[in-house]
Amino acid sequence: MADLLENLRLASLPTEAEAFRREVKDFLARDLPESPADVRSRSWLAFDHEFSRKLAQRGWVGVTLPKQYGGGDLDAFSRFVLVEELLAVGAPVGAHWIADRQSGPLILKFGSEVQKQAYLPRICRGDIFFCIGMSEPNSGSDLASVGTRAVRTDKGWRLNGRKTWTTNGHKCDYTIALVRTSGAPADRQAGLSQFIVDLKLPGVTVRPIVDLTGDAHFSEMFFDDVELAQDALIGNEGDGWKQVNAELAFERSGPERLYSSIVLLDCWLQWLRASGRGEQHLETVGRFAAHLATLRQMSIALTAKLAAGESPVVEAALVKDLGTEFEQSVPALIEAAIGADPTQPPDAELMRTLAYVSHMAPTFSLRGGTREILRGMIARGLGLR
Amino acid sequence: MFVEAIASILDHHCTPAAVRAIESGDSVQPLAAALAQAGFLELLSPEELGGGGAGWRDFFDVVLLCGASAVPLPLAQSMAARLLVADPQSLPMGYITFASSLARGTDGSLQALHVPCARTASHLIGALEDDLLLLPVSGSHLLPSSVPGSLAASLCWPAGTEHVLRAGAHAADLTPLAALIHAGLLAGAMKRCFDLTMGYANERVQFGKPIGKFQAIQHQLSVMAEHVAAGRMAAQAAFGTDDRLPALPACAVAKARTSEAAQLVATIAHAVHGAMGVTEEYDLQLFTRRLHEWRVTHGSEAHWHRALGRLLLDSPQPLAVDFVRTVWESGHVAPRKLALQRTRISVRG
Repeated sequence: MADLLENLRLASLPTEAEAFRREVKDFLARDLPESPADVRSRSWLAFDHEFSRKLAQRGWVGVTLPKQYGGGDLDAFSRFVLVEELLAVGAPVGAHWIADRQSGPLILKFGSEVQKQAYLPRICRGDIFFCIGMSEPNSGSDLASVGTRAVRTDKGWRLNGRKTWTTNGHKCDYTIALVRTSGAPADRQAGLSQFIVDLKLPGVTVRPIVDLTGDAHFSEMFFDDVELAQDALIGNEGDGWKQVNAELAFERSGPERLYSSIVLLDCWLQWLRASGRGEQHLETVGRFAAHLATLRQMSIALTAKLAAGESPVVEAALVKDLGTEFEQSVPALIEAAIGADPTQPPDAELMRTLAYVSHMAPTFSLRGGTREILRGMIARGLGLR
Repeated sequence: MFVEAIASILDHHCTPAAVRAIESGDSVQPLAAALAQAGFLELLSPEELGGGGAGWRDFFDVVLLCGASAVPLPLAQSMAARLLVADPQSLPMGYITFASSLARGTDGSLQALHVPCARTASHLIGALEDDLLLLPVSGSHLLPSSVPGSLAASLCWPAGTEHVLRAGAHAADLTPLAALIHAGLLAGAMKRCFDLTMGYANERVQFGKPIGKFQAIQHQLSVMAEHVAAGRMAAQAAFGTDDRLPALPACAVAKARTSEAAQLVATIAHAVHGAMGVTEEYDLQLFTRRLHEWRVTHGSEAHWHRALGRLLLDSPQPLAVDFVRTVWESGHVAPRKLALQRTRISVRG
């Protein structure tokens, strides 16, 4: 792995993927709901059932899943283009986001045929939405210490415990929960399994958590003697750690790790152009362009690895850490630039967008693995640990 | 395969000891002759003119190698100079460097400040208004950089020394090209610094274990790896063209991103190495001194960020993402006026 740095090879999007971009742009020009930039900044946190359905009608939910399960059967490059276009305009894609990005691919990879038939077509139609079930009050970065537990019963499993920081859990239909099925938290990675939990089952309580912007995108989920059927278990009992890492690889390798602040950036650029203030901020504008252009190439290099069937876990950690640093630099530098001239404050929409992104920016390097976890992974990839 | 051949020559003639000796004033001739005699200066010339016909992607590997070996000659510039002229065979023997700061004084004299590798070059190419000028180092008043070990120098020529090249590119193409070459050199040197730093972290023992086992060091190395990778990707993407010359926005991104990374990479390399890293005898200094010099040469990130900022704000693309997508597209406008450009030779004597 000393060749980690040689692994990210220059790649480009194939012409079919670029042709597909036109199709996505046309769709968005017609069907993107009109909304101000601060609302669009929520993008993959924003839950819009109707918009997700519209995408599903185009075959753009479950894009990488096979046709036989109702999927779009598109390659990783086309998913890159679709995701890039959706995020660039801040489309409200939160409802189906997790299912499209990780739950669907996880079920495809580890699920039984019955499970695939049961869930994947409904995911692709936009009928059911999934949320993540990883963090717990006492298990954040130390994910292997989860205490939620499922024990065998005559009919299946009984689930007890609690998950938290779940994006849109209170609006979703299912979670895929990482839980302990044997041993104790001290056993670490051994004895963990993943379950598909129907959030409407008796004993499940989901409560929204209000964040500092006033939104309630987070939630916490309580499981009190929830009776699960035998086939709620996904993959093999005891393989939860391996599976959750595959899921995290899906989660970390997409272009959403570059674009969390992109609506703000465009909103600011528009204001600079309209107000003729561009000249004062050329260096900041150009820095954003240089970083974004480079990160986008790195992300395409990752996508090429995904398309080739590889699982570029360490490379994804490297790009994500750099990508979130860029995402966080956007509100930080725009805040400074806007405040540089207190006599000419910008319009309310830009100020609201800036405030929203600045306030949420700390989460960019928390979700999907903290900066410290990612740097540890890179160090391991370099052979240092 | 020519990369391996060049690497083999560098292994013999461009060892760290040889680089130190050349920096101290020893002759660069053994290295210069070995590379020239093997025909490598014509690597980018068309095959029909007896050149190597290599493309930009192949050239990238050569430039990386030059950076990683601290080649004390303007080797990459000499190769690329063939792309700036209509007739590569008209170029003089020897090594050619590029100058971004060529200016004419009121008395007709010419001056170029802080020209990289001027001490080991035989000629330089600079842009003056719409012309590309070829100037001999031997006919100049040369003022070496006062920075210890630096091969850069400032030069001054009396009026009439210049030779106007029959150009194969616009005069305005010179600085982006020179900057891109330095982006590639930076990427190569940053990788070398990273390798040295990894090696040191694995060997140096404190508190009973290699310092690379400490999380604080590991995270610094991870960050260093990220920026080495980003710089390399930016440079590689700009070199990834089939056009005669890479487009200006691609050169700008490449030089800006590598220059910004260079500062950080040099800082972490030295932080991990401790005092050993700043000694003359340890090789790290050969590369970190270059990182600092090359960051500034042909425009630091501050210069290229401004250029990119202007391009983005003037762009008709509605979204920033749409703009950055065009950065890497082949957009180089073929020189239109080349046929009209006259050969104006005014070499004195």
